Amino acid sequence: MSGFPRGRTAIVGAAVLGIDSRPGFSAMELLAKASLAAIADAGLTPADIDGVFSTLSEDPFSAMSVPEYLGIRPKMVETTRTGGSAFQIQAMWAALALDAGLCDAVLICYGSNQRSGAGGLVRSGGTPFPYEAPYKPRNPTTAYALAAQRHMHQYGTTREQLAEVAVAARKWANLNPDAFMKGDLSIDDVLGARMVSDPLTVRDCCLVTDGAAAVVMTRADRARDLPQKPAYLLGAANATWHRNISALADLTVTAATEAAPRAYAQAGVAPADIDVVELYDAFTINTILFLEDLGFCPKGEGGRFVADGAIAPGGRLPVNTNGGGLSCAHPGMYGLFTMVEAVTQLRGLAGERQVSGAKLALSHGNGGVLSSQAVTIFGTDEVL
Amino acid sequence: MVKTVHPEAEYAAYLAEGRFMVQRSASTGAYVFFPRIAQPGTGLADLEWVEASGEGTIYSFTVIRNKPPTPDYVIALIDLAEGVRMMSRLVDCDPAAIVIGMAVKARVGEVDGAPAVLFAPVEGGAA
Repeated sequence: MSGFPRGRTAIVGAAVLGIDSRPGFSAMELLAKASLAAIADAGLTPADIDGVFSTLSEDPFSAMSVPEYLGIRPKMVETTRTGGSAFQIQAMWAALALDAGLCDAVLICYGSNQRSGAGGLVRSGGTPFPYEAPYKPRNPTTAYALAAQRHMHQYGTTREQLAEVAVAARKWANLNPDAFMKGDLSIDDVLGARMVSDPLTVRDCCLVTDGAAAVVMTRADRARDLPQKPAYLLGAANATWHRNISALADLTVTAATEAAPRAYAQAGVAPADIDVVELYDAFTINTILFLEDLGFCPKGEGGRFVADGAIAPGGRLPVNTNGGGLSCAHPGMYGLFTMVEAVTQLRGLAGERQVSGAKLALSHGNGGVLSSQAVTIFGTDEVL
Repeated sequence: MVKTVHPEAEYAAYLAEGRFMVQRSASTGAYVFFPRIAQPGTGLADLEWVEASGEGTIYSFTVIRNKPPTPDYVIALIDLAEGVRMMSRLVDCDPAAIVIGMAVKARVGEVDGAPAVLFAPVEGGAA
């Protein structure tokens, strides 16, 4: 029996910012800009925020530095360091804290300048693992390539099916004015791109962009008095199985197989009820793995599920409607961007990429190397 | 049998002597890799060092591509005969000929001057 406070809290403010190269801005500055935009979107001011749940890749102490920067004296802080899934986990804690009355308005925020600032991928993985690091895996790509190779071996998944994921993401990105990477992309383009780590080409891999995102959560009663259409949090669950890829028993099955059923049970919905899926696509194999593990198709069928444009605009299931980490943005820890896109779809404000009548949206986060899996399910007031 | 006291340091010291050692629980006989102070899950702290058989099969692999003249190299996950898995490099083989399930054998070699357990395909060991 879950005591999760279904529908008793909601996202009332959301923003993304700087999904491009923003030379001259620090990660904190980008985080602060997104945070202020989300707070204003909620019709609030920084003084209204009394919970700050923050993540900065290079700052383990962002729970103190972010409140200091914004001039907030929070009752609650939280800094989950699970990589890209941190934000879905923070949404779960925020719901529990708000519902318990520990605080009244939570800011969840992230920022990175990894494209313009570091000239490449920011490494935030902590201490090198002595039983992998000597072999010089090029993580995270190596770990996901190992998973892709195994999925192909075990289930007959093809490189063309992996490429379908990148092509679908690009088609969604082409409908999103904020997306970083646009233009035509064909399956042959993906297959013929520079091989990075077999079987993944550079087009099977996420972007490296700057970017920041933020959301504001309050209790549902207050949410109704604020200017935006609330996106109610109906379920939130996570599961963690490992840190290093050599410790994952079956590279074709992730802890999302545990997290998702718990989140669905809390929300009282099934995968077939979900109108729009925003999952963490750091690599094309992710989308295939997570569509399986989140219950949208049977294990092993992900490659066939995405074929023939099934997850592209006009397909059978709208997946990663902002263009995803593959074509919209990937500023290090992308998880909060899946949540902002879920909220945007539920508000009905997604413009050309709007999924008509979207009432239930799933936002998924993946941290580490398929390590931490977190699932949140949001809905409009029609599904409360 | 040698009991484990400082797992990380002892594993590295064995490697530096050219020995590939894994841990085994004295009571259950179950093997453990990577080296720990206790068996994962049970917490049993009765781990001893034993010589690894060096026999394994390829669970998955990837060729890491580099810009010439830096050579490509192959990272693999190896399922050891002892029932545990480890990351390693595949050497002495044509990357294009590698398949999952292929039988491989360990030797202690070096990666960039540091001792490391490496694996090469066994003759006639195709999957």
